[in-house]
Amino acid sequence: MTAHLNGDRKAAKRAALRQLPTERREAVAGILFVLPDALGLLIFIGLPMLLAIGMSAFEVDGFGGFRFVGLGNYARMVADPLFWSALRVTLTFALMAVPLLYVIGLMLALLVQKTSRFNTAMRFLFFAPQVVSLVVVALVWQLMSVEKIGVLPRLIAGLGLGSVSFLGNPHVALFTVVLAFVWFLMGFYMLIFIGGLQDIPKEYYEAARIDGANRAQSFWHITLPLLRPTSFFVLVVSSVAAVSGQQAFDLVYVMTRGGPANATLLLITYIYQQAFQYGAFGYASAMATLLVLMLMAITLAFFWATRGGRFQYD
Amino acid sequence: MTKAPAPPVYDGQQRIVRLILMVITAILGVMAIYPLLYMLSISFKPPPEVFRSNVLPAQPTLANFFYVLTEVPFWHYLANTFIVSSVVTVVALFFHTMAGYALARLRFPGREAVFLAMLSTFLVSLPVIIVPLFAMVRMMGMVNSWAGLIIPSIFDAFGIFLLRQYYLSLPRELEEAALIDGAGYWRIYWSIILPLSRPIVSTLAILFFLANWNSFLWPLTVAPQSDLWVVQVAIANFKSQYSSAWNYTMAASVIVAIPMLVIFVIFQRQIMDSIKTTGLK
Repeated sequence: MTAHLNGDRKAAKRAALRQLPTERREAVAGILFVLPDALGLLIFIGLPMLLAIGMSAFEVDGFGGFRFVGLGNYARMVADPLFWSALRVTLTFALMAVPLLYVIGLMLALLVQKTSRFNTAMRFLFFAPQVVSLVVVALVWQLMSVEKIGVLPRLIAGLGLGSVSFLGNPHVALFTVVLAFVWFLMGFYMLIFIGGLQDIPKEYYEAARIDGANRAQSFWHITLPLLRPTSFFVLVVSSVAAVSGQQAFDLVYVMTRGGPANATLLLITYIYQQAFQYGAFGYASAMATLLVLMLMAITLAFFWATRGGRFQYD
Repeated sequence: MTKAPAPPVYDGQQRIVRLILMVITAILGVMAIYPLLYMLSISFKPPPEVFRSNVLPAQPTLANFFYVLTEVPFWHYLANTFIVSSVVTVVALFFHTMAGYALARLRFPGREAVFLAMLSTFLVSLPVIIVPLFAMVRMMGMVNSWAGLIIPSIFDAFGIFLLRQYYLSLPRELEEAALIDGAGYWRIYWSIILPLSRPIVSTLAILFFLANWNSFLWPLTVAPQSDLWVVQVAIANFKSQYSSAWNYTMAASVIVAIPMLVIFVIFQRQIMDSIKTTGLK
């Protein structure tokens, strides 16, 4: 009986829908189709972004109690030497990692850009680290860096360069993390560059060769200028990743926990510590808000420098 | 287009240059894969051999693997990871194909704005919002729960964007014919659009599964209780518990990494091709 009624109601509803003008029906369908993802993105990415700004005006205790402090958390930030140290470490990390990734990614792409069996195999080798998780990458690099008996210190000693402590020396540890980071990501950027290189029309190179240009000349005058959109993409994405700590967080968490002497304490690591070790959610949110502003500034700077990501070849 | 014959000058010299470049590439390739081989080698070594320089273990043993799989509830963590990764992948692809189809094909008010708003979340990475996201999920009572592990991982603009681009490139004729035959939009989505999306959906499924299998920060934060650990959290904790037992840690790492390496070997062309095209906008 009820099933019958339900069926009737459904049929009636469908008939009503049919009578809607096509445009309305299309609009209703479109909105319903987008709804799950739109709501999800709003709740789990959009709201947290706003919440970060809101929370940064409060002091939050371990029991979920909120106390309004206005700009107090920002004042605390300015006076906190560890915050400044973490900011410096983050920028140093990005300034080492981004150029290294760019150069190595492009170099590998140039080496294996042509389609051949050998190059496909080599691409596979360069990309393989990407498939392994960052936790595993961090563990392997930690093992290779073990004081005196690990592979890396023994290699350096074997080259007659004395003994280096890869994760124990505050002047070296950050660079070790950068190495692991670059090793993990180089295959990804290699592929992006190969995509860009394959888009450059072959005719340009042939014309240049007929004009008597050598390899270096055609690289500087054809490859690099025509690769500008790809370079833009690579620089924006890798800078944002390096500063936000997307991959570096996992590496630092496993390899050094921010040590030695806070030499690898990235901003994101410090934010995480403040929130989840000391329960200072408000203070952590203030730093996260600053991080968002920095990321926006970086992105805008890239867009400004390239006039909106448009590239004219004149 | 006919190929112009290359001028035969410097032919011998060019061959030598090419050979040298190949040797350099091969050396770099071995260097790139070395840390993974090293991990594999240690996982088969008995403890006294760990820091000896031989790459091939003198007395290879499976004891490390037995230890990890029997003394630690590692199967349990593998099962957790498998459940989370599969559910996220399936639900995400369901939602993203729907959204991608609507954004590419159906006209509704505010479509461009919705698309731009979705695209802008692309710039927000998890670390940046981890603190407020956790606070929200805690308010929803989802800490230490499957819901907390799974639901927030579903939503990400990358998949929506790629699917939209794919649907824009599909010919409209099939849908239009169905529409004239009186099929509703759900029918069109389910029996025309989804079957047509098989190639891109299978590639995205691989990428999503991989990303979720390897994800660490969110599971670490939202599910600290050990019966909900995924493998990445488990091996990170494993390391701090057995700090110098590198043979066990590496065996655990191999177990965690092998499924993804196998998937990569099988689907390498699909995976690498899809990444190659993400840069070209």
